[in-house]
Amino acid sequence: MKNTLKNVFHSPRFVVGFTIFMVILLTVLIYPYFVTRDPLLGLGKGFLEPGTYVSVYDTNTAGTYRVELPEANMNRMESSVPMEDRVTIIEFLTAKGVDVSHLTTANGDVPELVSLWQENYDEADVKKSKYPGFTTQAKRKALARMDARLSGDSATAKMTVTVGDGDDAATTTVNDTDYVKVNEVANSITLPLGTDNFGRDTLTELVKATGISLLIGLIAGTVATLLGLIVGLLAGYVGGILDDILMFIANLFTVIPGFVLLILIYYSVGQAARGVTTCALVIGFTSWVWTARSVRSQVISLRNRDHVNLSKLSGHSLPRIVVTDILPYIASYVVMAFILQVSSGILAEAQLSLLGLGPKTTDVPTLGLMMNWAKLFGAYTSSNAWWAYFPVILVIALISFSLNLMNTGLDQVFNPTLRD
Amino acid sequence: MTKGLKKYLKKKVFWFIITFIAAVILNFILPRLMPGDPVNAIVGKNVSAGASAEQVQQQVEFYKHQFGLDKNIFGQFLDFVKNAANGTFGVSYSQYPRTVSDIIGAGIWWTIALQLPAILVGWILGNLLGAVAAYKRGIWDKVFMPLSLFFSAVPAFGAAVILMVIFAVNLKIAPVNGAYDPGMIPAFNAKFIGSVIAHYQLPFWSIVLISIGGQAVGMRSMSIYELNADYVKYARFLGIKDGKIVRYVFRNAMLPQVTGLAMSIGSMVGGALVAETIFSYPGLGMAMYTAITQSDYPVISATTLIITVMVLLAAFLLDIIYAFIDPRVKAAQFD
Repeated sequence: MKNTLKNVFHSPRFVVGFTIFMVILLTVLIYPYFVTRDPLLGLGKGFLEPGTYVSVYDTNTAGTYRVELPEANMNRMESSVPMEDRVTIIEFLTAKGVDVSHLTTANGDVPELVSLWQENYDEADVKKSKYPGFTTQAKRKALARMDARLSGDSATAKMTVTVGDGDDAATTTVNDTDYVKVNEVANSITLPLGTDNFGRDTLTELVKATGISLLIGLIAGTVATLLGLIVGLLAGYVGGILDDILMFIANLFTVIPGFVLLILIYYSVGQAARGVTTCALVIGFTSWVWTARSVRSQVISLRNRDHVNLSKLSGHSLPRIVVTDILPYIASYVVMAFILQVSSGILAEAQLSLLGLGPKTTDVPTLGLMMNWAKLFGAYTSSNAWWAYFPVILVIALISFSLNLMNTGLDQVFNPTLRD
Repeated sequence: MTKGLKKYLKKKVFWFIITFIAAVILNFILPRLMPGDPVNAIVGKNVSAGASAEQVQQQVEFYKHQFGLDKNIFGQFLDFVKNAANGTFGVSYSQYPRTVSDIIGAGIWWTIALQLPAILVGWILGNLLGAVAAYKRGIWDKVFMPLSLFFSAVPAFGAAVILMVIFAVNLKIAPVNGAYDPGMIPAFNAKFIGSVIAHYQLPFWSIVLISIGGQAVGMRSMSIYELNADYVKYARFLGIKDGKIVRYVFRNAMLPQVTGLAMSIGSMVGGALVAETIFSYPGLGMAMYTAITQSDYPVISATTLIITVMVLLAAFLLDIIYAFIDPRVKAAQFD
């Protein structure tokens, strides 16, 4: 046993898979101690992009510091000169014959573009010279408006803010060199993965959902492996008519689509009971078949071995023969089947929830439910909110990747012919 | 034909027929256990607000008679078998008076045209990659195998969604959903075919990409297993050319892969559910999904019956073919 474990942990594939899995598991376990907020708490309305959100209201009451960033003006310009203005500037300068071939509409070129504009633009000159493309009055007026906008931006800005209302109102002036310290502002929140359609913090929700989905996989995997093991042992070892009947049932489970059974079981337990545990049990109940088949075929090859026959002759009971003479030979296989069942249980939940057949719950998220919400609320298409579904897909892929890696690692340890 | 083989085939045919009958019965019963009265739903949709209780009752009776729901469960089952035998599968509840065969006929060609080429292409590419990785080894194997393991771990809907977001929503070089431009009327002209091909790409590649990874991983480990087998060493001692040995090795390694191919073709309709619902592709998977959400029993029964028959046939044919081509199966089954 100790030796086997040592071998297992010497397999690089297993170790990599195990590490990824443990990182995910530990995150799920530790994260709630740092973020104690309810993972399903709505923080806003609809999708918010990832980033740090600082309360505008509270920045006015926080202490201000004087900071003079050399590139402050440039940054301001970059975020305030719209793309169409940049295009118009380039068009105008080209029409006037200024060499702008080294400039683009990229952020870095904006300051030079603006200064070239201010050097070259003159309203009267435009009217007189009739540059190609800018001959109509409407175009000229558009240029004049843009000029007014741009000159407003480049001046040293001051802003007046009114705090309070009515008679108590007091105005403060905000200079462009006034800064607040983010952690001194009373209210700010960092949302590394933004919020989902309900305004929930996606990262916190994702961690919780990963935990629930792992639990679903664990329950489904345990049920499927136990059922498969029992059926396979009975069918393989006892054989005869029992074998025929059990394999007949297994065949029925293969040919009747699993989700039809799932829907039925869901409805028969009632909507209220269609929670996470039920969902997990049902997935396990519909996916034991291939474990049963493989266990059966292995047991068939074992049951006529000499040591089994010897046990039979010694008058040992059936449970004892199974436990001492058969199980040890298929143990490694059962462990690998269990790992695969866990991974396919997680996938099954995700797939079913995506079709709206998953757990009906508003208390906890699952990875599948998050995908379902993202689909229902247009995260793929209209909102283009990648943070609401891409991390979910990635987590599902990482979980099954790590479990599959562990499995191939184990396979190489237990089947020496597969070793590299 | 040997006596053992005859006995084996007889047994297989016997269990095939028993399973088939049980599956037909289950396919009939299971959807009918679902709650929700379809007749009430239709009547509720069709009856005007001011209708009297008597009129509503009349409507209910009319539809119950139309669907044969006024008969007892055995009568309904006989109807079901009769309708299945003559190929109409009865009338759809949710799209009355359309027949189920009409709904299925409209969907099945889209599903076959999408799934069959995708499964085949994914299978061929995956097996080629896996075989090359097993034979060449080295850097090719080291980089490629973890990658295909990772890709095989990406769930089918994940791949579909990512492809859709990249190519349809952001790059806008492919349509978001459907099988053809909704403004077009299906016709055999260049414009319509062009639209069908454009809509075909994303669902097709999403299925291919997913199957490549899994097939490659399976093929690689089977090939390595075979390459280390005793007969290969013996053949090398005998001085048989490498090319010839490799042909034998891959032919043996292919056997389990052929099983996988047959089973995925058999379960094509069920496998179509995910890709078809994400891309709203009007195939059988989509028809089944709508039927489930509207508790349209005849459609659910018919689609699950198609799945059942296809899977059963695939498994049966595999059993028969294996008995002839694989001596190992022959030996194991006849004891």
